[in-house]
Amino acid sequence: MTTPDLILETRSLRRRFVTRKPLLGPPVEVRAVDGVDLRIRRGETFAIVGESGCGKSTLARMLVRLIEPSEGTVLFENRNITGLRGEEMRAMRRDLQFIFQDPFASLNPRMTVGALIEEPLRAHGLGGPDERRARVAELLERVGLLPQHADRYPHEFSGGQRQRIGIARALACAPKLVIADEPVSALDVSIQAQVVNLLQDLKDEFALTLIIIAHDLAVIRHMADRVGVMYLGQLVEVADTDTLFTHPRHPYTEALISAIPVPRVGVKPPAHGLQGEPPNPIAPPAGCRFHPRCPYATELCRSTPPPLTRLAAGASVACHHAPDLSLQGLNDTGTGRSPAAERRFALYRAMREQREGQTLPVPPEPEI
Amino acid sequence: MIGFLIRRLLIAIPTILLISVFVFALQKLLPGDPVLAMAGEERDPAVLEFLREKYHLNDPLHRQYLSWIGGAVQGDLGVSLRTQQPVLTLIGEKLPVTIQLAVMALIIALVIGVPTGVISAYRKGSLIDWGANLVALSGLSIPNFWLGIMLILLVSVKWGLLPASGYVPLSEDPLQSIRTMIMPAFVLGTGLAATLMRHTRSAMLGVLRSDYVRTARAKGLSERVVVIKHALRNALVPIVTVTTLLFGELLAGAVLTEQIFTIPGFGKLVVDAVFNRDYAVVQGIVLCTAVAFIAMNILADAIYRILNPRMRDEQ
Repeated sequence: MTTPDLILETRSLRRRFVTRKPLLGPPVEVRAVDGVDLRIRRGETFAIVGESGCGKSTLARMLVRLIEPSEGTVLFENRNITGLRGEEMRAMRRDLQFIFQDPFASLNPRMTVGALIEEPLRAHGLGGPDERRARVAELLERVGLLPQHADRYPHEFSGGQRQRIGIARALACAPKLVIADEPVSALDVSIQAQVVNLLQDLKDEFALTLIIIAHDLAVIRHMADRVGVMYLGQLVEVADTDTLFTHPRHPYTEALISAIPVPRVGVKPPAHGLQGEPPNPIAPPAGCRFHPRCPYATELCRSTPPPLTRLAAGASVACHHAPDLSLQGLNDTGTGRSPAAERRFALYRAMREQREGQTLPVPPEPEI
Repeated sequence: MIGFLIRRLLIAIPTILLISVFVFALQKLLPGDPVLAMAGEERDPAVLEFLREKYHLNDPLHRQYLSWIGGAVQGDLGVSLRTQQPVLTLIGEKLPVTIQLAVMALIIALVIGVPTGVISAYRKGSLIDWGANLVALSGLSIPNFWLGIMLILLVSVKWGLLPASGYVPLSEDPLQSIRTMIMPAFVLGTGLAATLMRHTRSAMLGVLRSDYVRTARAKGLSERVVVIKHALRNALVPIVTVTTLLFGELLAGAVLTEQIFTIPGFGKLVVDAVFNRDYAVVQGIVLCTAVAFIAMNILADAIYRILNPRMRDEQ
């Protein structure tokens, strides 16, 4: 196996936040991200999943230095960007773009859409005024809006349209890596699929590397090549998407997968779902951080934290018992329809594609 | 925009009328008799009655109001009971002085208040922030008359740099005019700067945390562009509100400051008129002040619409 071409790498990345500063005694700290080693390959879509509060957004923001790490390094194309200052970092941002979760808050309400998309081009000195305007029109069309929308203000658009504007803005200066922090979670379910499909198309078209932060496993399964599962500021499992969903190796991953609702008659709810809330990250439990909620926990788990270890089949897991456990994933990768129904759906799809041509995004099939 | 301004001006008319009724009524309710004040030592009932007749003070109240407001619409605010000068002339003499003082004070306040507010929000919790807050708090707490006296003592008496008092119209000698006005404007301005600084700071703190400021950084913009173009422009609405209100207040006159620097402005006119029960003058001044406030509010609304595209669609 050859060493993969890495575009982004982090080494024991940590971030602490001071939550309270008592008059006497040490400040109370929460370790939002606690030693994360990521290796993102060029051209892949890497997803980071976890419950709210597990530190995934903090991690994403540290990757582009919207938040400074407390410890550790971020290497972009083998260059340490944690130490870059002022102008150097500014120039680096051309290659590293970010899509925000909330399309309502992330667009400056005082600027026209055209000005918002054009601004990165101007900041990085790309093209003359006419070229930039042409590029804005092209980008707007590419994300499914109209060139004349450039003169409107963000408040005149719907949530889905705003997220498209956010995507156009992120792509304006042709970045190499785009990090999307929950790009669809603020949108209506009916719009989510469109935006996910758009992101995927654009990724191929612009030869991007995509890092997606999400808590919605359906979105991830649809988009990602590899998935990293986070729990309380640490990665507990990294694996290829198919492997992760069919053969999870960490009990937490199993629990997450078992919580996906299955739209089929006769399916029983999961035997053992996740119990309780994630522990307080200010005082994480000793040993394996998942042990208070883990059905397989033993004495070893309570005392010794397991390292992220490489297993076969392109998976890394942080669990003492990973080799011995046989965990349940999604054993059926199909859509859960009977063969006859499946044939009818295929016919229907073919008909529709014929009628509408290839330009319109096909609504995704119901995810499992 | 023009339609909006016309609408706002039409709404302003009933407001001003209502204010004029209040002004008129309050004035009549005040204890004291203007005729007595005018007559001085004279106590002959015949003289008093003559004066009352002359100024229509024996007419029914509504008649008095109507004749006053009717004149006001035609630019006649009556005659001062005390000096026999037309009220409009009195106001016309004082207004330019007060406007000049107000504008200079406001410029000083904006130049000091907004940048320090921005810097202290940007460097929240730093030494600069603490320092700016300390200065602002002192600016708010130090009374104008004390600061004025201290400045006169230091700058005029000890160093002899600026005239201690007096007034030269701007049209006569602009430089000397500014020299006489700079100290009182500074005294007024520093107090306002503190208010502006606090408002700017809190507006900026809110905006600097917003996602679009983060977006601006992620785009790779320089910090200067992020702070001024993306943050400050969005923080301007409350700053504009405060500024226009402060300006309205300044127009109403700064009595103490004007007294200390013996500036013949609005403030002194008001005090004299109230003490002498000079109805016509008080009514005229209050009416002018009210109009100034309403004009400032319309101006503020117009600026909002320029600053905030979201307000442009509203009717």
